[in-house]
Amino acid sequence: MTLVALMNAPLSNAPLTNAYAWPDDKGRFGPYGGQFVAETLMPLIHELDAAYTATKADPTFQAELDGFLTHYVGRASPLYFAERLTDHFGGARVWLKREDLNHTGAHKINNCMGQILLARRMGKTRIIAETGAGQHGVASATVCARFGLPCTVYMGAVDVERQQPNVFRMKLMGAEVTPVTAGAATLKDAMNEAMRDWVTNVEDTYYIIGTAAGPHPYPAMVRDFQSVIGREIKVQSMDQIGRLPDAVVACIGGGSNAIGAFHPFVDDEGVRLIGVEAAGHGLDTPDHAASLKGGRPGVLHGNRTYLLQDPDGQIVEGHSISAGLDYPGIGPEHAWLHDIGRAEYLSATDEEALEAFQLCSKLEGIIPALEPSHALARVAEVAKAVGKDGDIVLLMSGRGDKDIFTVAKHLGVNL
Amino acid sequence: MTTARIDARFAALKTEGRAGFVAYVMAGDPTRDQALEILRGLPGAGADIIELGFPFSDPMAEGPPIQRAAQRGLKAGLTLQGTLDLAADFRKGDDATPVILMGYLNPIESMGHEAFARAANAAGIDGLIVVDCPPEEAGPLTDALDAEGLSLIRLATPTSDDERLKIVVSRTSGFVYYVSVAGVTGVKEAQTASVAPAVERVRKASGLPVAVGFGVKTPERAAEIARVADAVVAGSVLVDEVAAALDANEPTASRVLAKVKALSDAVRGARVAETV
Repeated sequence: MTLVALMNAPLSNAPLTNAYAWPDDKGRFGPYGGQFVAETLMPLIHELDAAYTATKADPTFQAELDGFLTHYVGRASPLYFAERLTDHFGGARVWLKREDLNHTGAHKINNCMGQILLARRMGKTRIIAETGAGQHGVASATVCARFGLPCTVYMGAVDVERQQPNVFRMKLMGAEVTPVTAGAATLKDAMNEAMRDWVTNVEDTYYIIGTAAGPHPYPAMVRDFQSVIGREIKVQSMDQIGRLPDAVVACIGGGSNAIGAFHPFVDDEGVRLIGVEAAGHGLDTPDHAASLKGGRPGVLHGNRTYLLQDPDGQIVEGHSISAGLDYPGIGPEHAWLHDIGRAEYLSATDEEALEAFQLCSKLEGIIPALEPSHALARVAEVAKAVGKDGDIVLLMSGRGDKDIFTVAKHLGVNL
Repeated sequence: MTTARIDARFAALKTEGRAGFVAYVMAGDPTRDQALEILRGLPGAGADIIELGFPFSDPMAEGPPIQRAAQRGLKAGLTLQGTLDLAADFRKGDDATPVILMGYLNPIESMGHEAFARAANAAGIDGLIVVDCPPEEAGPLTDALDAEGLSLIRLATPTSDDERLKIVVSRTSGFVYYVSVAGVTGVKEAQTASVAPAVERVRKASGLPVAVGFGVKTPERAAEIARVADAVVAGSVLVDEVAAALDANEPTASRVLAKVKALSDAVRGARVAETV
């Protein structure tokens, strides 16, 4: 793409121009991805794939989506020069892509808006979703309220307990929050339960998966809806920096914010793409959520990808201080970008994330969510490596209001 | 082909003019020893075919009874290899009853397709049902199973139209498992009126016997299905007997086997009752 074309590129969901063209027609990213679901769901998955393929090519859909992203979500989100963080790190200039300023306070709404418009076009009358920290649940409840569709959110009972404010938000907006007690009662169990609901209510129900994982077409579809982030970064970089950034850094749980930021840059070889997984108490302990660095390939929740699992192939629980990152898998496209070496994957511990959380609050007056705090924890090294003449974009995927209780507890403060 | 045991069993059922009874139990539920005792008692209690579940941490298509059974099996330490060893122990005393393994793909992926197929064949397994491995994804596994003469039993469902059925029944043998309701195991019950034409459709598409499962909880229900299907599968209701026995501090095997007897008697009597 020429510079002029880049500058003139609309902030829309127009087809991407990457030569990189994954997934293939079977929904695979190399060996990853695919459609590993119960036979009952296969016709529904095919129906969804066909509907999404037709819809994304429809200019009226893209115009409708752009309208809601602009006027309801509040896009484009700013690309903000973090001057004091830059000075503090003493390396490359650090820019924050402010997804925390979106309606509902995180990037999750980008995907929910796309999927709810698709669900409406498909004539579906009931929405289900899974949630961990509650951010995707809140975003799903939000779009369901906006379009008047009933919404059931599955949430691990443990998460319901520790994320009460988000549970209340969802209920305020009319969603039904169903606590899941099976298994360890966290995100993966909520996803199991949502799949069970879907397989039971095949006629009228649309399942809004919150991350770039699950059976095809979800990983590609969620990526496409989140790619508005990366497309905006491109245009804003050209406008504000005068060139593309040297690196884009984002946190990874399932990895939807990261893939949305990375994907438009995959063919731009000069741009380093850096994902940061949650190392919990450390990769040398069992208590982490780093599927790429501490797991191996397997099949769960409809796709083949890197998973945290024991030698028998039983899935083990991820741990992270951030409820949005403690998923034992990762989106299949990240698995592929990892294997082919196009993206780099690092990790940050609970402690490092807590430090970064406080640093950003104090230096920039921006309280970040614990999820992007993991990414920020690695920015010091990346900024040094890139050097003073360079520019790094950190994806500020969400705001930290939801995390103040967790952080206060770790700092020994009683709220 | 080791599907010989499955084929022989369905041929015998046809001669007898009745449907078969398929009993699903979970490996290691509630302990390895008790599970082996249950397995050994199943043929005598009237099970014509055994479906042996291997535990998985995330059984996405199961209702609460089988989820809990899997948790008990995992707690008892039953790995996939442990399940195969258990089946091999059963096979030492019974060379006629087909044993179908049923579970999820990841433990098999973890062992490796070829290694799994060899080990399953050595353990006397006849077929395999993998809930989260639809035909589109089954190529490599089917290749490995074919090399050992094992059948990948396929699932047909109420959402399978004629076009889909063609794909579902490709590269399979033994029998087809018709999931009679859209849903998870052990919850909803299908309308009997909808089962008969579905079974006929699956039979026609596959040329194979059709076993019907999901939501079979009572002898009456089992008999209804037995009038139209080649076999009737019950699972949740059996693993619930394990749970009830544990709650009541009773021996599990006698309780499970009594339920198997009640259900299999109903299946055996179904078509006789119809002709009387």
